[in-house]
Amino acid sequence: MSAHGKTILKLVVLVVGMFGFAFALVPIYDLICEVTGLGGRTDGKAEISTGDLPVDTSRLVTVRFVTNTNEGMPWEFYSDKQSMRVHPGETKQADFIIKNMSDRGINGQAIPSLVPILATDYFHKTECFCFTQQYLDAGASMRMPLLFTVDPDLPEHVQSVTLSYAYFEVPAVTS
Amino acid sequence: MSAIIHEHDDHHDEHHHGPAAGITRWLFTTNHKDIGTLYLWLSFLMFMVGGVMALLVRTELFQPGLQFMTPDFFNQMTTNHGLIMIFGAIMPAFVGLANWQVPLMIGAPDMALPRLNNLSFWILPFAFAMMISTLFMEEGGPNFGWTFYAPLSTTYAPDTITFFVFAVHMMGASSIMGAINIIVTILNMRAPGMTLMRMPLFIWTWLITAYLLLAVMPVLAGAVTMVLFDVHFGTSFFNAGGGGDPVMFQHIFWFFGHPEVYILILPAFGIISQIIPTFARKPLFGYTSMVYAVASIAFLSFIVWAHHMFTVGMPIAGQLFFMYTTMLIAVPTGVKVFNWVATMWRGSMTFETPMLFAIAFVVLFTIGGFSGLMLAITPADFQYHDTYFVVAHFHYVLVPGALFGIIAGVYYWLPKWCGHMYDETLGKLHFWLSFIGVNVTFFPQHFSGLAGMPRRIPDYALQFADFNMLSSIGSYLFGFSQLIFLFLIVKAIRGGVAAGERAWDGAHGLEWTLPSPPPYHSFTHPPRLSEGEAHS
Repeated sequence: MSAHGKTILKLVVLVVGMFGFAFALVPIYDLICEVTGLGGRTDGKAEISTGDLPVDTSRLVTVRFVTNTNEGMPWEFYSDKQSMRVHPGETKQADFIIKNMSDRGINGQAIPSLVPILATDYFHKTECFCFTQQYLDAGASMRMPLLFTVDPDLPEHVQSVTLSYAYFEVPAVTS
Repeated sequence: MSAIIHEHDDHHDEHHHGPAAGITRWLFTTNHKDIGTLYLWLSFLMFMVGGVMALLVRTELFQPGLQFMTPDFFNQMTTNHGLIMIFGAIMPAFVGLANWQVPLMIGAPDMALPRLNNLSFWILPFAFAMMISTLFMEEGGPNFGWTFYAPLSTTYAPDTITFFVFAVHMMGASSIMGAINIIVTILNMRAPGMTLMRMPLFIWTWLITAYLLLAVMPVLAGAVTMVLFDVHFGTSFFNAGGGGDPVMFQHIFWFFGHPEVYILILPAFGIISQIIPTFARKPLFGYTSMVYAVASIAFLSFIVWAHHMFTVGMPIAGQLFFMYTTMLIAVPTGVKVFNWVATMWRGSMTFETPMLFAIAFVVLFTIGGFSGLMLAITPADFQYHDTYFVVAHFHYVLVPGALFGIIAGVYYWLPKWCGHMYDETLGKLHFWLSFIGVNVTFFPQHFSGLAGMPRRIPDYALQFADFNMLSSIGSYLFGFSQLIFLFLIVKAIRGGVAAGERAWDGAHGLEWTLPSPPPYHSFTHPPRLSEGEAHS
């Protein structure tokens, strides 16, 4: 192979590699978000048995709920309480209500986000409507529970956390 | 064969005649000088098109209220101004300069891959025609800012997004082919005796820039491909509803975007490093440190991207990391600025037009660098983010930075290319009008930005009226004085005082050992590099 050919080959490998790297950034970004809680990502479904956590009755943490629907989604979405005061370690329930205000059936998915980012590792959801998608017929409504526990290891200075949900319209998955 | 062409050339020395006549010479040319000329004219045309868009923007902003256009059209103008100036004016101008100068400066007969060279140029007019054509379609052209953040470029994009995506793909392919060509030429075709550390600084900066291009243009291609998939194929790379994340777009984009801003400035550093020693009549101060400074800047450019998105919500550790690495870039950049000043120190300076543009570059680029340092301070950036302060910052590094670098290079090498000296009086007029115009345009934007005027708005609050009117007046002065440049270039091509081999008495380097204009095929036998021509 000529000198030019060898150099070109190396450079083309670099170009192809960097094109691949752009797509590799997608799982890398996911991983970094998972590790750091970037973007307010919580742990997902708690794998620990939260009933075993010791209850810390010495302090109360305020959990606030924020509910939104993505632009143009014709659903009503709200929680039965705006905020709750909980002891770390105890499992609490909050109910969320969705109602389809349009005249067609719609499939939705709620995307959670938690601030402060520091608290994302200490907020466990044992049951959440955000684990699955919901389908509502025209005019139908649904009441859905959220079971959660604030970890007793939550740093002392965090006195309140805000859990936000945004509902997105998604095409129905046929399984 | 070359001897025949030599003779042919000697009879008509006002043009670089090639073997083919008429339009086919330009369509099928594989000659580095022809392709360099094509690149430079295309970039000048795009500079005019992007400039008209900028003037339309400034006209709308001349006073508060909506006067001349709808907000959507205003957004199309800002977006296309950015895209055209970056991808259509600055980048092709640098590639054009590289095409003309790299073979002349390293003593090579031509670029290493002449056919690829032809292809990489001729893709560009089609890419820009495609992108600009969307402005005349019913839906309108790109209106989401040159950064095409998702979801503006996905969920809320005009239908013409597909044209934009393919235009960017074509521009990227052209840049990648151009960069491969430049690297292969520099690495494999240098004259005997020209070791890497004896290369002119322009060659060094272009070599490093070409590697940056190869590393990040594919990432840009990846980003637009993901946008295309989200729009047409139901993927959710940037759609939170489907498990994606719009913030990820910003990370991928700026992983390309930050090295890109150094792609836009490093070759200008190289040009300035050629010009200042010539007119100070001293060798470049600190050659080795200049090379290492460029390499350090290139490396650092890969680990600072998130300073464009401090306000997006980042852990404190991330903010600190990106703040410190960003500030670190000031060190090698400072090395370069001090070396340029030290080169001028006690030199026998004269102030021909290229030198005036080079000195203005050093002063005004440094101002842009300082406002960059202010933006690097994370807490301060929360105030400056998305205001006119950012607009002032990047225009100071791109207009009197990259663009003045290109203009300085054109003045410096124009006598070599066409064989005639340009009109020095017109050149000085062009310089002073540009210098005043650029400062009147962009300096007030620092103040309106600090006072809170947001970017990318067609209308603004009354308290910003005076600064904006001043800015608009400056932009007309700057814009229309570029016509002097066009007139001057055409005049120099058509005739003028003959420019001798060494057009500037202080110039060193292999390109100055050739006649002006150089024969159509130069250095068919590798030249001997004398000690006097090395390093410059």
